[in-house]
Amino acid sequence: MDILQTAQDWKAKGKGVALATVVETWGSAPQPVGSQLVVDGDGHFEGAVSGGCVEGEVISQAQELIAKGGHTLLEFGVADETAWRVGLACGGRIKIFVEAVS
Amino acid sequence: MKAELLAAINEARRGRKPVAVVTDIKSGAQRLVAREAAEAGSALEKAFRFDKSGLEGDEFIAIHNPPLRLVMIGAVLIAQSVIPIAQACGYDVTVIDPRGAFATGARFPGVTLLADWPQDVLPGLGLDARTGFMALTHDPKIDDPALHLALKSQVFYIGALGSKKTQGARRERLLAAGFDEVALARICGPIGLNIGAMGAAEIAISVMAEMTKALRLGLP
Repeated sequence: MDILQTAQDWKAKGKGVALATVVETWGSAPQPVGSQLVVDGDGHFEGAVSGGCVEGEVISQAQELIAKGGHTLLEFGVADETAWRVGLACGGRIKIFVEAVS
Repeated sequence: MKAELLAAINEARRGRKPVAVVTDIKSGAQRLVAREAAEAGSALEKAFRFDKSGLEGDEFIAIHNPPLRLVMIGAVLIAQSVIPIAQACGYDVTVIDPRGAFATGARFPGVTLLADWPQDVLPGLGLDARTGFMALTHDPKIDDPALHLALKSQVFYIGALGSKKTQGARRERLLAAGFDEVALARICGPIGLNIGAMGAAEIAISVMAEMTKALRLGLP
């Protein structure tokens, strides 16, 4: 699956599109830096930024950005509240840059 | 990300042009940088070379290198031994040999096999900085024209099979053909790191080790 080509194709079809990119990892992380996920306005997605642990949260943030535009930086780890909720079972930490395609 | 930037990245990738997208993760500002615009020794140039995306301060460098490719001249035993290792390392492999008896699909499954003279098909392949090149036939009338084209290209590795004596004769021919010492220094020959390899499989390991070194660390 070619994430960036998918993003372009979805955009060309008139869909709202956002991209999520793993920009930093610490410790054990399932997806390497540079891994990407593409999301449309309906929550359809392709690609991965973790082993499925944080995708739900990333997709919901991405949909917000599709609605209002812009970008955000998300961080997931085991020590914080968000992580407790969505959980990175591996014990690693990851930083994810999420951006709307405008 | 602007839709225009996204389209530009995809166009570069389709054209096998190495590019990086540099994103300021605070402001969200983004720019597209071609590999040739990255200053030698800079963090960006290293990121291209090691094919490694990452954060530099507040800037995220996303590397989009074309897939690795290996072009081999000679559908020979060494090629057969190198191919599975190269494929495991992520290379798309093309084997070129005008001798139909050598270049058969039965001997070379799973690769692009061209039973043509190298000088006829190499120009169309677009030898670039993400391509490694090996001349393996021992036959100057097949290897030499291919080496000429490799030396004029940006391939990151040029390996040439043959003994020291063969290399010496080849060197004289290439000098006579107008190539200088700087060009000739790009040729790794005899091919492979000296690990005392015995037989095709071990030679394949030494060849792949040498090409990997050229890819990751550059030529000495």
